[in-house]
Amino acid sequence: MPSNLWGAIKHYDADDGSVAVRNVATNSKPWTHFPHQGDVGIRGYGASVSEAFENAARAMTSVVTPIASLSANEACRIRCQAPNLEILFVDWLNAIIYEMATRQMLFRDFHVDIQGGALSAEAYGDRVDVRQHEPAVELKGATMTELKVGRGKDGRWIAQCVVDV
Amino acid sequence: MDRSLLEKVGPFSWCIPQTGSMRVPAVIFADGALIDEMDDKVQQQLSNVARLPGIAKAAFAMPDAHWGYGFPIGGVAAFDPKQGGVVSAGGVGFDISCGVRLLTTTLTTLDIAQVNEALAHELSRGIPAGIGSRGRIVLDDDEMTQMLLGGARWAVEQGYGRHADLDRIEERGVMSGAEPNDVSEKARERQRHEMGTLGSGNHYLEVQRVDHIFDADVGRAFDLSMDQVVVMIHCGSRGLGHQVGTEYLREMALAAEECGLSLPDRELACAPIESELGKRYLGVMRAGINCAFANRQILTHLARRVFERFFPNADIDLLYDVSHNTCKEERHEIDGQMRELFVHRKGATRAFGPGSRDLPMDLAGVGQPVLIGGSMGTESYVLVGDKRSEQVALSSACHGAGRSMSRHQAARTWTGGSVKQELAERGIIIKSPSKRGIAEEAPGAYKDVGRIVRVAEDAGLARRVARLKPMICIKG
Repeated sequence: MPSNLWGAIKHYDADDGSVAVRNVATNSKPWTHFPHQGDVGIRGYGASVSEAFENAARAMTSVVTPIASLSANEACRIRCQAPNLEILFVDWLNAIIYEMATRQMLFRDFHVDIQGGALSAEAYGDRVDVRQHEPAVELKGATMTELKVGRGKDGRWIAQCVVDV
Repeated sequence: MDRSLLEKVGPFSWCIPQTGSMRVPAVIFADGALIDEMDDKVQQQLSNVARLPGIAKAAFAMPDAHWGYGFPIGGVAAFDPKQGGVVSAGGVGFDISCGVRLLTTTLTTLDIAQVNEALAHELSRGIPAGIGSRGRIVLDDDEMTQMLLGGARWAVEQGYGRHADLDRIEERGVMSGAEPNDVSEKARERQRHEMGTLGSGNHYLEVQRVDHIFDADVGRAFDLSMDQVVVMIHCGSRGLGHQVGTEYLREMALAAEECGLSLPDRELACAPIESELGKRYLGVMRAGINCAFANRQILTHLARRVFERFFPNADIDLLYDVSHNTCKEERHEIDGQMRELFVHRKGATRAFGPGSRDLPMDLAGVGQPVLIGGSMGTESYVLVGDKRSEQVALSSACHGAGRSMSRHQAARTWTGGSVKQELAERGIIIKSPSKRGIAEEAPGAYKDVGRIVRVAEDAGLARRVARLKPMICIKG
């Protein structure tokens, strides 16, 4: 982890009272959703920041369709760069949303590598099949609302924000 | 919302007094029940908007306000470029120029009753909706540029609709000042297969019936009558608008410090109107408005084509098209002085009263149709701009019901099948590819739109003209 990114790392009390976090405190889910009045909050956890980003991406997919409805037939490369981890997280989610929209795909697996403020990743998923996936809603963009990337009380990484649907 | 934070300044208006770094007060239009129901975040977000440079008069929240991104949904704020005013990508939102249009028909509910299942089926086939659907119109780069410059006029010139439609669209269907060349390749690519698509979430095409007329004179002027069938379309600028919003929220948030802006919330991402970034955003955002105009115009054409197959002799006219996610340059009188202001309406509808020079000739004496979409299965409303609204809230009104329950909670409370069945028992046909999508949009997840528009009327924002009940709803 480069020093300029470490400088941006914040520490959070994950027990912020949301339904999702209370669940996590007891069963250590890799990702959750948290409530937002108009849209949906997504949150990923991980032993590393990369893993938290991967799990947050799964949380985002599951806003649209159950992860279990997907296989991983096609791969897509994603690259992004940002001045700090929080913006990098939003860029990562928005890059996935862009690929979902233009390739008409839904992704279930992600491999993320973060080096020097740059993220490189591979996302694996399927072309949208409306009958099979029954997509509930379209993702418009990842927002900076409730945007947090940092370590929780238990030392695990948390990456979260609200996505506009 | 905690009432102790507010001063009640009228029967339906509440003030957040100007304190600390707030440059103006904030005003919320609501009755007691709506205030109690409103999230505290609305108060926080509205107070933050009141801190932005160059804000004029007040930061306003409409009766349907709820927690948004930086700005509350249902927020209105005007900025003066001569006083360092800003334009905010967050204040417009991801779905640039998302809006509602209403088509009147010469049909009655009896006509529809004979064909309702077949009509619903054909509309669901003819209107591309939801993820996985693609528009049948694919634009090359030059065509995209022309669309971004010409808006609904471009669409009409391509054969989608009639010239008479243009008079009934804000800005006559063409937003001037668009700069298509500044629209990114990514935004263009995201739009390439999305022209003439509805989207998903709370976007819909609904066949409705006029269920109640509140104001007979204005109803006649709007060509609305009891039991008449109308068609409402709610959608926006699709992938292009979403991508523009994504790009400029990021750029403005990162540039804020360089611009000398200290933002109370990153999501208020903005830039001075007179800055290079502010001007560039305005040009691109206006291109996004034209994209939304063109999209709703194409959808109108597609809907008319389906109706023509069932009712070849029916007339289907556009009553009006309003956008509720915009920033527009307008003249408003504040403290006796006319000022050129950039008015952000995020989840709020412009509502010009009679006499406005922006209205088409035949509506100039009546006022602007203000279209309020309800939730799936509940009523929608046609309102008319009220002269008082200029003084009350810079000629602005509410835009819809507003959610009272998160999607997460709604999906845990209802199933798509049960919602569909319950609506079917009330004679409402829902066509959607997603059961979960239907559950998340369940009518019970929204506030009472009837209460919202009653308060809008009582607060002097706009007056009720007609209530519309759904018959067929096409959702993504």
